[in-house]
Formats: sequence, structure tokens, C-alpha cells
Amino acid sequence: MQRSLQKYFWLFLLPTLIAFAISFLVPFVMGIGLSFTEFTTVQDARFVGLQNYIDAIVGNADFINAFWFTVKFTVVSVVSINLLAFILALFLTKGLKGTNFFRTAFFTPNLIGGIVLGYIWQLIINGILAGMGVDLTYDASYGFWGLVVLMNWQMIGYMMIIYVAGLQNIPTELGEVASIDGANGWQTLRHITLPLVMPSVTVCTFLTLSNSFKMFDQNYALTAGAPGKQTQMLALDIYNTFYGSVGQEGVGQAKAVLFFILVSLIALVQLRITRSREADV
Amino acid sequence: MKKILFFTLLAVLIVSFAAGCSQGDENTLYFLNFKPESAAAFEKVAMKYKEETGKTLRVVTAASGTYEQTLKSEISKADPPVLFQLNGLNGYNSWKDYCMDLKSSTLYSHLSDPALAISVDEGVYGLPTAVEGYGIIYNKAITDRYFALGNRGVSYTSMEDIKSFEALSALVRDMTQHKEELGIRGVFASTSLKSGEDWRFHTHLANMPIYYEFVDREILGQSNIDNVAFSYASEYKNLFDLYLNHSTTDPKLLGSKQVADSMSEFALGQCAMVQNGNWAWSQIADISGNTVKSEDIKFLPLYIGVPGEEKQGLCVGTETYFAVNKQAPAEKQQLALDFLSWLYTSDNGKELITKELGYIAPYDTFKDDEAPADPLGKEVYSWMNREGVYTVPWVFSVFPGQNFKNDVGAGLLQYAQGTKTWDNVKEIFVNRWKEETR
Repeated sequence: MQRSLQKYFWLFLLPTLIAFAISFLVPFVMGIGLSFTEFTTVQDARFVGLQNYIDAIVGNADFINAFWFTVKFTVVSVVSINLLAFILALFLTKGLKGTNFFRTAFFTPNLIGGIVLGYIWQLIINGILAGMGVDLTYDASYGFWGLVVLMNWQMIGYMMIIYVAGLQNIPTELGEVASIDGANGWQTLRHITLPLVMPSVTVCTFLTLSNSFKMFDQNYALTAGAPGKQTQMLALDIYNTFYGSVGQEGVGQAKAVLFFILVSLIALVQLRITRSREADV
Repeated sequence: MKKILFFTLLAVLIVSFAAGCSQGDENTLYFLNFKPESAAAFEKVAMKYKEETGKTLRVVTAASGTYEQTLKSEISKADPPVLFQLNGLNGYNSWKDYCMDLKSSTLYSHLSDPALAISVDEGVYGLPTAVEGYGIIYNKAITDRYFALGNRGVSYTSMEDIKSFEALSALVRDMTQHKEELGIRGVFASTSLKSGEDWRFHTHLANMPIYYEFVDREILGQSNIDNVAFSYASEYKNLFDLYLNHSTTDPKLLGSKQVADSMSEFALGQCAMVQNGNWAWSQIADISGNTVKSEDIKFLPLYIGVPGEEKQGLCVGTETYFAVNKQAPAEKQQLALDFLSWLYTSDNGKELITKELGYIAPYDTFKDDEAPADPLGKEVYSWMNREGVYTVPWVFSVFPGQNFKNDVGAGLLQYAQGTKTWDNVKEIFVNRWKEETR
């Protein structure tokens, strides 16, 4: 039995492999190729060398502006999501009454799609701002904080579940020993709990970082870049370049390749840093 | 036993995979429709066509403002659209590798004016779907109520007297003074400037200054125009300011208003005027609680304050053209040509055009009594045939791509909100035009 399974392993792997190749590998390689060409549809492309990359970076300031906006947004939301999620997780592992209900309630927003959330929050925020006689498109900072609130609302529940799992894995004896030794609550948290949930922190920062950096639907639905292009993030800028102007598809593609490199670099660096802080038990 | 199970499962997998890839048969015509407002009507057309000829018309409609990207991805598929639509010469420029020469088609021979088609170097690549017109739609019931007021501040006695921006502006200002008596919240409906909903202003209204500029520069009818001076910017501002300042909505809140909001304000009688075209009839008629009677709906040209505009009519033109995919198989192309000639020349097809789609079709198979039945279509038709009035062609088909329009729209919104000056808007218009046509 074992042997015949080993003989056929490639067959069992094949469907997944085919799906992976069709929906990921082939488009990925084609995409990199197309970023060096000028094209309207993917079948007829004309080689233009590095021109698209030059246009993407130097051509106009959109890409760079979108990059800085994305960076600001990512920093703020990674910190706030993880902080809030961790605090929630701490409360919800204390064995308080209604813990299960609250865990479910906080997790629910994560199940709603980004576009829907974007439109819902647009209504909410516009409703509030209408009291001041303006709306979401009036000032870029409204859009920025709107996005942060939306992203927090959506992601906190998910991250909280991961932290809850991490916290529950910590042996209770460690806490008891610490309290016998005279450690107060803060010291226990700082020197026992935190080092032991580092693996969860790694996972959570990775997820929030890459999700915030790559965010598209929420941005598209909530602000669509308004006012002007001031709240346009990288993914939305790529989309607009690709579809918005005639003959700019290659530039959009080049931006997408740059975007891929950026995301992978950031994710790798982040993984390395948080990994090095994980404690072995 | 295990082996049998294994191969059965494998077979199931392969069969289901193959089934997922099956294509439409050779009697199916794939049509990618540009106009979301015609989507429901085209479903009816498809049903009728199937009933009569047994051939299937598969209509896919791209969501508002996403036609280019839908076409881009659909046309590279194994079963691409055979019949698709171009939005003017710019559309032809990006899709010329896919446009078949339609010079010998039946439909082209019926075209009432050959100048309406997209013709390039002896070839005909796009046939007009319909002629449409736009201007300021007004509710005659409300203006009549105004002209019946004893204490009104202008000397005009009916809408027939309003023939220039000066007159329009005086009228609107005074109507605003009397808005409580007229029972309206503002003269104009909201200037919908939400991103994606701002085409009435960055495209349709902007057609006016650019038309007059092209007339001055004597380049009307040319494509690939790589710069504009926006020399009639202050005239554009005239009418745009009038919209903003005499509207149902505070200018600072316009960033979340959609076209549908504006149209429902009009339909519910909360305002007297709204800028839009004859395609908006269904948006007015289908709103529940609609208080506007169809005989009260009239058109007024977009007067912006240009000398001699007393003779100006509505903006009339063609937004979309039918094109047939050059790279599709010949029998599919024939299917598309057959469908087009059925739609525009057969009695049933013509009925669908006038009754369901509400198009004013520029083909000689349509007689005068076959003009569209809706009041706005009728109005456009009568303005087109008015003595001594010139119609303004749609020059916006040579505007650069969607990015240009979005940026101008965003600029207009920021101007309305007071965070940008009018000079900023002018700058955006001129600079972005240059950048996008590089």
C-alpha cells in the first residue's frame, strides 16, 4: 500500500500542479515578459526594453505618491491592528463570561468581502461627516483614517483568534511560577507571555503587513483615490494605469512587477526580524 | 478494487475538466454591450431574435465605466466577442487590429449619412448604434408654475425666451429666490461628482468649450489632437457654477452623489432641471413616486455664454459604434452582420430599436413615424430638425482615455468643495490632456 502510493504520488499532485501552473506560474512568467513590451491584448506585444519601467517611476508622480501613501497606511494599520487584537485576545483568554460570543462577534467582519465593507463604511463615514457639511472626498486625511478604521474592523477579529490560540498554548505553570517569584502582572506579560507568543506575532504581522500593502478592494470601494489620487494605494494605481489610459498597459505591468518585488522584499525582511525574536521552549 | 476506484475517480476528473472547457456552438453570437442602460432591452432583443431565427445572441454587458477592461480580457479568450462596440475614433485607434471592414455590409448601405460611420482610409470600421442628444432636461410643469408667478423678477414669459446663458442665468437665479413657492429644493439636480459618476461634467459639459475651441482652430473632425488650450474655460465655468450654486445639494457634499441621485431628484419633482441625455428617460420613468409627466419633459441646449449661441441646439452625436471582430472566424462574422441587418432593417428589429432600446437610429430604413416613443427621444428628434438651429457634435470622442477624464472629474469635485481653484482645474485639463496623448 505504502509503496504503490509512493509510485503514484505525482498523479495525486497533478491536478493541483496543473491548476497552480495555469493560474499562477504561467501568468506570472507572461506578466514579467509583458512588462518589457507595449501591448493591448496579451497576444500581440512589441518589445520596448526598459521604457515601461522608466515611465512607471519617472513618467509621473502617481506611483511614488501611491507608494508613500501605502507605506503610511501599512505602518499605522499594522501597529493598530496587532495592538488591538492582542489586547482583545488577552481579555478573551481570561475566562470571562460570554467569551465565546465575543470571539465570534469580533471574527464576523472578516467574513464579509472587502468591496461590500468599503461601501458600507462609505455610507457610515459619509453619514457622520455630513454633520460637518462635507464628505469622504473632501480631505485626504478622512480617506486615510477611513481606510485605517475599515482595515482594523476587518482584520482585528482574525488576528485576535491567532493570538488567542498562541496564548492558550502557554503552560499555566509558567505564570504560577512567576507569581510565586513575585512578578507582577506587567512583568509576567513582558517576560513570560510576550516571548512565548512571538510565533503568533510573526504570523500576525506577516498577514497584516502583506494584506495592508496589497490592499485593493477596500481602497477601490471606499475612496477610489478621492480626492484626486491622494488616497490611491499601489494596487489601485496599477489597476488605473493598466485600464485607464490608452497604450499604458505595459507601464501598468511594469508597476505590477515592481510591486511584486517590493512586497516580497518587505515580507522577507519582516519574517527574518520577528523570527529572530521567537523563543524556544 | 482500489485500482478500479482510482481510475473511475480519474475519469470523473478528466470528464468534468473537459466539460468546463466546452464552447458555445456555431449558432451563438457573442455580443459585448457597452451601455448598461440598454442591458435589459438587449435581453429582450436576444429572446425575439432566438424566436425568429433560432440563433442565439449572447449579450454580456460590462459594468458602467469598465468596458475597455472587459473587452481587453474577453477578446483574448478562446471564445472572444464577435460583435463589440467602439466609443468613437479613440476607441478605433486602440482596437484597429480587431475591426473588420464593414464597407460591404448591408447595414452600411442603409446608413443615412456616411459621415456618421467611423471611416479610415477607404475602410469603414464602425457603424453608429444610435444618435443621441443631451442638454438640460427641464420640467415644464415647474417652469410654467414659475412663469405664472406675479412677483417674478425676470421679464421672460416662457422657456421659448431662454436662448442664451445670460437669460438662463437670470431665470435660474430668480427661480432660486422663489423656490419655496415652486415647491423645489433647488433649480438644478445634484451635480453628481462621485468618481465614476462625474461623466456628465468631465465629458458631456466639457464638450461645449472644446467644440468651440476646435471650431476656432478649424480642427473639427480630426482625431489625435495632442493639445488643447481650454480657451473657453470661463464659459464652462459659467454654467458649472450655475449648477453648483443653485442646486438641491450643498457643493461640499457632491463627492458622494451619483447620477441616479440626480435623476431621482428630478423625477420626484425636487428640482426643475438636470443635465442629461435622452438615454435617461428610463431612469426618470422607472422611479417609484415619479411626479413628472411625460408631456412636461423638455430639453434646453447647454448655453455657456458664447456669442451667437441663440442658434445653438442640443449636443447630438453617436457614442458607440458597432464593430465586428476581424480575428473571429468568418462564419461568426457573418452571424454578426446578419444580426445587425436584422436589428436595423426587419420590422421586428426596428420595433425593438424604437420601443425597447429607445434609439434614434440613423438608418434610412426608419421612417419619420418610427422615431422613438419616449419624450426625450422625441425632443432630440425635434431639436435636430428645428429650422435655423445648429447641433453641436460630440467632440468628446477625441478626449484622451479614462485617466484624463477621472482626473478632470476629481479636479471639478475639489473645485466644488473649495479645496482647488478654477485655475487648478484649467491646469489639470490642459496638462493631463497633453500627458495622456503623448
